[in-house]
Amino acid sequence: MEAFVTVSGIAAPVDQPDINTDMLIPVRFLRKPLSSGYRNYLFFNQRFNADGTPKADFILNREPYSRAKILVTGANFGSGSTREGAIYALLDFGVRATIASRFGPFQMTNSYQNGLLPVVLPEDVVRHLSAQLHASPGAEITIDLPQQTVTGPDGQTYTFDIEPSRKEQLLNGLDDIGITSRYADEIAAFEKGMDAESPWLTGDALEPLVQK
Amino acid sequence: MQNARTLFDKIWDRHVITQRDDGTALLYIDRNFIHEGPFYAFDGLRRDGRGIRRPLKQIAVTDHYVPTLDRARGIEAVRDPEARVVIERLAANTREFGIPFIGMNDPRQGIMHVVGAGLGLAQPGMIMTASDSHVTTNGAFGVFSFGVGASEVKHVFATQTLWQRKPGKLRVTIDGTLGPGVAAKDIILAIIAKLTISGGSGRVVEYTGSTIRGMTMEQRMTICNMSIELGARSGIIAPDDTTYAYLEGREFAPRGDAWGKALAAWRSLSSDADAVYDREVEFDAASIAPMVTWGTVPGDALPITGTVPAPSAAASEAQRAHILRALEYMGLEAGTRLADIAIDRVFIGTCTNGRLDDLRAAAAVAKGRRAVVPAFVVPGSGDVKRRAEAEGLDKIFIAAGFEWRDAGCSMCVGANGDIVPAGERCASTSPRNFENRQGRGARTHLVSPAMAAAAAVTGKLTDVRTLAGGVS
Repeated sequence: MEAFVTVSGIAAPVDQPDINTDMLIPVRFLRKPLSSGYRNYLFFNQRFNADGTPKADFILNREPYSRAKILVTGANFGSGSTREGAIYALLDFGVRATIASRFGPFQMTNSYQNGLLPVVLPEDVVRHLSAQLHASPGAEITIDLPQQTVTGPDGQTYTFDIEPSRKEQLLNGLDDIGITSRYADEIAAFEKGMDAESPWLTGDALEPLVQK
Repeated sequence: MQNARTLFDKIWDRHVITQRDDGTALLYIDRNFIHEGPFYAFDGLRRDGRGIRRPLKQIAVTDHYVPTLDRARGIEAVRDPEARVVIERLAANTREFGIPFIGMNDPRQGIMHVVGAGLGLAQPGMIMTASDSHVTTNGAFGVFSFGVGASEVKHVFATQTLWQRKPGKLRVTIDGTLGPGVAAKDIILAIIAKLTISGGSGRVVEYTGSTIRGMTMEQRMTICNMSIELGARSGIIAPDDTTYAYLEGREFAPRGDAWGKALAAWRSLSSDADAVYDREVEFDAASIAPMVTWGTVPGDALPITGTVPAPSAAASEAQRAHILRALEYMGLEAGTRLADIAIDRVFIGTCTNGRLDDLRAAAAVAKGRRAVVPAFVVPGSGDVKRRAEAEGLDKIFIAAGFEWRDAGCSMCVGANGDIVPAGERCASTSPRNFENRQGRGARTHLVSPAMAAAAAVTGKLTDVRTLAGGVS
């Protein structure tokens, strides 16, 4: 995955709260290969009419927001299902970071795993950023991950929290399986104990379900 | 003094392999379910040259893309070529990696959360993940269960672990006796309506109280299933004799000596009396009426005796905007009596309400009546379907004009092509009423199975308690 260090770019205010993963990518596109271009499915029902023509009034169909690298969104962004296609669609559209006061249960983890930065800022800060973006379409926001700061169009800077391990993963574009592999000995020892203590959890009974 | 712990604390502590300075823990995962969705995870393994650490701790069930008709034709019954590819790819991937597999031709096939519980694969004290958010259903067995995206599926495949930050704890206590015609679905909708769809954010919900203790496993599963609609990490209920009686003898439940040993371990799994929660909420079961949603999130639920809310009644500007948008999408006017809303279609099934108890409740209403709108009944699994047929429920539904179909996720999310046409209004026993979820332009009203059947026979949202002629 692509490393995330500092990203500056056009930010789009998508103010609606509770944007769920069904909105981010309808289920009928989740059968498509990644090579088909998941950007085409992002916000599909809101972005496109039933005949496939773009809806001119949807924010991401309007210049300059069609080139947005950052979304400033309503609260509870990405609620709903585990579908990672929602993240693939955002990234393929060109979005590198999303800013909200709160995210849905799977959104942050799925974002980190793919190099999309989810930034949590207080509700009033998100509203203030959104207001500037509405006032000056095309205004840019800068996110500096090493410093953990967001700088708005007015130059005001806000700090945000991120777990050090997530930060390391994003800064280096690391696959976290590689990080976990450092704990191979601990995992093996733990697993041995678990198998001995709770032998009914080994899964051995499921062997007949394996296709031969 | 030993720290008092909740049931969830005990399960968490037992599964921590190591802890990082930033507070994240490496957790051991006992079982991981997947469906057709996370094919990206297999592609990733191949790309990275990785294998699956413990193939027998995974299980794959084909559920989202399977047709609910014509199943005797096997894969030929899948009309959409892309859906066919996705179904066949799951079979090929699981064969290649040696993962236990329940495919569309297996008599056990159904929705993973219904199949798994039915086979005894949800066992108290375990940590379970799945590529599907409604895995929280398994919390009914005292399982800590949570959904994961394709990247975390891949991580579990490769390491049998996940990095997690410990969630907070919310206790929801429900005491008292449910009124006639009131179901587990109504309780959980009432809880979500009160706490909102982000009321459980960052927490595990433990459901306790006399109402929960008196419930069947099927009812408890309905409650835990919709924990995710509270925005919660998961939902959980302490195991008890009801749990053990349900599990004993199921195909993959522990047997012989292992059963006794497992039972002894399970009996230690309850919250200590003085355990502390971050938040506590109480509900009186007797005050809960049959519920129905009017809007586009599960929290938009009201008693069937209520009316469609007005934007002016909103407590905040954001809520006002939400009501306005929801009313427009749903084609409803503020002040309309919920029991006056005509519907076009009914869907009974899903991991929320596709178990035998649910079908019995719906059949009791359908019996001797006639559906006046198209109504699907989709059992949650092949096993549920056969048991229902053994009781004659299929004949009741068919005589009443309902369609009796084969098992799968079906019209909950429409991935298999079972969709609600644009503009149509569907009374549905599913867990989500999001915009466009059951099909583009579909309007969903979430209800219990009995309420869905009542809507089918009257053609409108109906208080099942007032149905002329009563319920058998």
